[in-house]
Amino acid sequence: MSRPPLAAACAAVLRRDLVLAWRRRGDIAMPVLYALIVATLFPFALGPEEALLQRIAGGVVLVTVLLAMLLALDAMFRGDIEDGSLEQLVLAPQPLALMLGMKILAHWITTALPLIVIAPLLAGMLHLPGAAMSVLLLALLLATPLLSLLGAILVALTAGTRRSGMLLALMLLPLCVPVVIFAAGAVSAAQQGLPWLAPVAWLGAALAMALVLAPLACAAALRIALDA
Amino acid sequence: MTAPPARPALLQARALAFRRQDEPVFGPLDFSVGAGEIALVEGDNGSGKTTLLRILAGLLHVDEGELSWRGEPWQGDAHLGDILFLGHHLGLKGDLSPRENLAVAAGLYGRRDGLAPADALRQIGLAGYEDEPVRRLSAGQKKRAALVRLLLLPATLWLLDEPYANLDRSGIEMVNGLLAQHAARGGAALVTSHGAVSFLDGAPRRIRMHA
Repeated sequence: MSRPPLAAACAAVLRRDLVLAWRRRGDIAMPVLYALIVATLFPFALGPEEALLQRIAGGVVLVTVLLAMLLALDAMFRGDIEDGSLEQLVLAPQPLALMLGMKILAHWITTALPLIVIAPLLAGMLHLPGAAMSVLLLALLLATPLLSLLGAILVALTAGTRRSGMLLALMLLPLCVPVVIFAAGAVSAAQQGLPWLAPVAWLGAALAMALVLAPLACAAALRIALDA
Repeated sequence: MTAPPARPALLQARALAFRRQDEPVFGPLDFSVGAGEIALVEGDNGSGKTTLLRILAGLLHVDEGELSWRGEPWQGDAHLGDILFLGHHLGLKGDLSPRENLAVAAGLYGRRDGLAPADALRQIGLAGYEDEPVRRLSAGQKKRAALVRLLLLPATLWLLDEPYANLDRSGIEMVNGLLAQHAARGGAALVTSHGAVSFLDGAPRRIRMHA
């Protein structure tokens, strides 16, 4: 029996998830609004002193984006498990890890990309200097897919439990620590005019590893979740 | 067990049993399903019909007994794509239309030659509802939106869990027609039914979950 082409299967999964997200675009706006509000709270809480805000701007934006991503993470596979789409995906004659990789990509496009788009606005509100802005965006471009991939593993592991939102946050946040350290380290180095390439390279290396391993781990975890 | 030696049965089970937390769910069961055969899986509620189908689909691992597929021991994903599983959860996205849902399934499983998706949707009785979001369809229409995969996807063995649920009289006849057509083509199917009513007239082969 001839198996359908891999590219067509990847496109079908990616397209389906993007169309679904577009039909519920209110849900896409939620993390963006959340990030906007959280970032606005800082000047209110700490006062409008420019030097102080400038110093914390990079870290605030990073943590805000991370927390906003957490909001949407829990829904990554939930719908598919509830309506049986996941069973159909597992039983399809396609490499499951790659199909899940497509789902993670769709999730990143619909949740992280809008956050990256508004990140300059958030950073601008906190007076982040222009020179550090490009490093912040680069750090976000590397850190957010890493978080999506790490998060996907945890979502897959907690797939069997009901209302896993809080559990997920508790499990993911410790894993975020190195990501935040390297990303924030790059931004503050750029702000002080120091070389910032090393932490960014670490992020890139971690992302490369997660790109390969995370979908495989997700596939194994979801197979176990269904086998119960 | 009487598969002709030239062509081994598609699916063969020997002393297949399943337990959940040391509590036996069913078995041991012995059966075989050959090409062109439709088997009716009978049993009361909770007798393990769905569990059996999930094992055969490859979603649950085999606890005890042996399972072979086309004469070879059951392993890995060799059978993927050759088996079409339709469970209680229909695997439909409520925000997508039947046409879009079918396109995703065809992208993953491939397509049988000679039938366009639009014709398949018309044949299954969804004419006029192709572009309506599935969540707005009735339960019977949702079932049809899932059953349309049987027409379009190229699987040999169908595992249908309660395919008649929610269907009207014409829908039941249509499913029987699809099964007959599939058997004539050399395909095989396992169909569960809770035994109170059997819509599959003169089912050639019966698998009883309770002795």
